[in-house]
Amino acid sequence: MSDHSAQTMKYGAKAKTLTSYLIGLFLSLLFTFTAFGLIANHVLSDTASYISITALAIAQLFAQVIFFLRLNNTSEGRWNTMPFIFTFLIVGVLVGGSLWIMYNLNMNMM
Amino acid sequence: MTTTTLDHHDHHHDTDSIDVFGFWIYIMTDCVLFATLFAAYAVLGTANFNGPTLKQLISLPYVLGETMFLLASSFTYGLAMLGVYKKSRARAVFWLLVTFVLGLSFVIMEVREFMHLYADGNSWHVSAALSSFFTLVGTHGTHVSIGLIWMAFMMFQLLKYGTSAPINRRLTYLGLFWHFLDIVWIFVFTIVYLMGVI
Repeated sequence: MSDHSAQTMKYGAKAKTLTSYLIGLFLSLLFTFTAFGLIANHVLSDTASYISITALAIAQLFAQVIFFLRLNNTSEGRWNTMPFIFTFLIVGVLVGGSLWIMYNLNMNMM
Repeated sequence: MTTTTLDHHDHHHDTDSIDVFGFWIYIMTDCVLFATLFAAYAVLGTANFNGPTLKQLISLPYVLGETMFLLASSFTYGLAMLGVYKKSRARAVFWLLVTFVLGLSFVIMEVREFMHLYADGNSWHVSAALSSFFTLVGTHGTHVSIGLIWMAFMMFQLLKYGTSAPINRRLTYLGLFWHFLDIVWIFVFTIVYLMGVI
């Protein structure tokens, strides 16, 4: 794959390569099967299960963001990474705040 | 705002990174939308009104199958983009077609699942848990379906006009959209299905 054709398309990420997609696929499959396996076979306690599949989901998120979406810290990629981080801040406030409020409402109105 | 000194031999591409950035911001707003649906599901997911729990209604192997279809389609979309960068119309269209079939398989599986739930009396009318389930999973499935329609248009455009700059840009947008949907699905199968079974 010539570098020339990759450079004529600067979309804010490094040149896409087959290797990147293969790594992303492998990691995603690994995390997915691990998560399903842990739950289907009741390997861990309930709490440990929640924590581990959450961790696996976040790990797979990173794998896909880095290897499929090619979001990284190059000078062009940084512009795309910034709203990504900001969005997760907003999501954190929204989801965390909603859960906190609803939990409190539930407790106080029982 | 075309910033710096872009040593570009093709000035037509100067706005591309800005355009993609704009679409990326749209994707981020879509992310916030899904986050609110997840929050609603987190609150209401156990409110099954003494009906069956989600654990009794779902099949993990079936969901694993759906997940494999969608994950594979995200990968094959990447292969399609590699074809685009090599300016190979045939390769791009081929892998887009594969992606389309995989994505369609996912949608068909999901529609079947919804139809079974509805037919068994477990519709969204019945409880808050099911309402939030159908809304969250259904919104994701709707996004995927719209992506498939868009993909069909792009295959047509590729066949007719080849790997021109505007079409490549649109394929980049669709790629962002498609990968994003697979990422949302990671959280759907984790939070709705896997946690539903614990």
